[in-house]
Amino acid sequence: MSTKQILEKFEPRRENLLMILHALQDNHPQHYLTEEALGETAKHLKLTKSSVYGVATYYSMFSLKPRGKFVIRVCVSAVCELMKGQEVIGHLENVLGIKSGETTPCGTFTLEIAECLGQCQEAPSMMINEKVFNHLDEQKIRKVITEYRKW
Amino acid sequence: MIKETRITLKNVGKINPESIDDYIAAGGYAGLKKALKMEPFSIIDEVLDAGLRGRGGAGFSTGTKKKFTSRSCQTCPQRYVVVNADEGEPGTFKDRVIMENDPHLYIEGTIIAAYSINATKGFIYIRGEYTGSIDKTRKAIAAAYERGFLGKNILGSGFDFDLELKLGAGSYLCGEELTMLESLEGKRGHPRIKPPFPAEKGVFGAPTLVNNVETLSNVPLIIANGKDWYKQFGTERSPGTKIFTISGKVKNPGYYEVEMGVSLRELIWDLAGGMSGDKPFKAALLGGAAGTFVDASMLDERMTYDNLREKGATLGSGAVIVLEEGDSVYDMLYNCLRFFKHESCGKCVPCRVGTSMLAKGTEKLRNGVPDKRALLDQMVHESEIMAATSLCPLGQSPILPLKSAARYFAEELTK
Repeated sequence: MSTKQILEKFEPRRENLLMILHALQDNHPQHYLTEEALGETAKHLKLTKSSVYGVATYYSMFSLKPRGKFVIRVCVSAVCELMKGQEVIGHLENVLGIKSGETTPCGTFTLEIAECLGQCQEAPSMMINEKVFNHLDEQKIRKVITEYRKW
Repeated sequence: MIKETRITLKNVGKINPESIDDYIAAGGYAGLKKALKMEPFSIIDEVLDAGLRGRGGAGFSTGTKKKFTSRSCQTCPQRYVVVNADEGEPGTFKDRVIMENDPHLYIEGTIIAAYSINATKGFIYIRGEYTGSIDKTRKAIAAAYERGFLGKNILGSGFDFDLELKLGAGSYLCGEELTMLESLEGKRGHPRIKPPFPAEKGVFGAPTLVNNVETLSNVPLIIANGKDWYKQFGTERSPGTKIFTISGKVKNPGYYEVEMGVSLRELIWDLAGGMSGDKPFKAALLGGAAGTFVDASMLDERMTYDNLREKGATLGSGAVIVLEEGDSVYDMLYNCLRFFKHESCGKCVPCRVGTSMLAKGTEKLRNGVPDKRALLDQMVHESEIMAATSLCPLGQSPILPLKSAARYFAEELTK
């Protein structure tokens, strides 16, 4: 879908800004908000580009940089840390060959940290795009990443 | 040996959350049907007399909140209900359990709440990471519209109510009610100064009732079964049940709905199966990052809003994070304080500077300063200043884990 087609689905009111940014980001194969998309959004809502930029940069789920096809978000909150969640990032960094915050050169995976994902009864946890993975250990992480690499 | 008392969770695992027929067959929407035949003020009185208190963490009387909202600004053309489904407190997932397993329950509660304060428009604000809750809620709203529980002239009563789903985008602070209203208006998540409270000036400047998912889930039960039925559960000042989410070093981590007033010992050993390993209990963090540490001396205290407050602890959202001997309270505290630093919006100076100072101070406790005890005292003092001067609950929160950790585990923190 084009940016214009997405924008037309929302009434031009400021209260729709976050929903619009979600829709635009979800629609982009690289899961990010392009400068063009932010500009078009500002025009559609009759807001300044700076105020749209201000909102887009405030919320951690929005990215202004291209990301991988799969965005991995690892929970780093208290419970996951207690349940050895710190090791999850290390395992992922090893398997993917990138550091937290980076994207693999092939453009498949982006590794990010996230605050509590609310999966504490089965910690440690991560999300890949919309899907949640719990009870993570090195073996499970390798298996999940191998599966996703086939896509 | 205590057992669970499932009232808000009674349908969990028993009905298909995507089937409104299942929900209706289990007695769903009976509360709404009854409510629509009542006078709005008598619904408020029923909730007030039932003694329901906000389950988001503050424990404020839900009926009183409704009364304020229904009475404020009689000339305002529009009133709103906002459902706080921005569950982001570490260790907390009670609202997710309701939303994923029984979404119609809290939607029914929302419609009753709207009718009682004469609001014709409502928003559900769910955090963007909760993809399962978003999916189930979206489907439930559509089904409720189809059956005439939402929209114009609900069940022929003449009452109109529209409910819209809005998504957060990764900001813990937006779980704070006034910040949530800013975010709902499409702005950065910066808190507003209060007063005015949402009851007076909420979303778009109109009187607004902001309630948590678990709170609203109690409302249909109170209306359908009456206040006396509800008050048989719990204690006199904290009636009803509470969903606790237990995580960490217990055998069966998970969610448990119990009557208000159980003890931490009962929660851990009777419900969660006891400690997961051979090591003894060391500490629990109650209420998440914006919560308090307790040690074994608190195991038999009644878990009610008032009793815990008197003892310098918090019930908060109902999160119980259990540590065993050998686990580091320091690491947990540092995690919480780093979290506040990360989530501080930067609008007010005490919180922006204070959360950074506390995170840095915690690092210094580990990396060695001559007088660690003095540093810890100074950090507690700084958190007191933050609590007194910050704009919103975020800056007022670091004192909770810090002071309680210093109270019970000063030796570990300063070793």
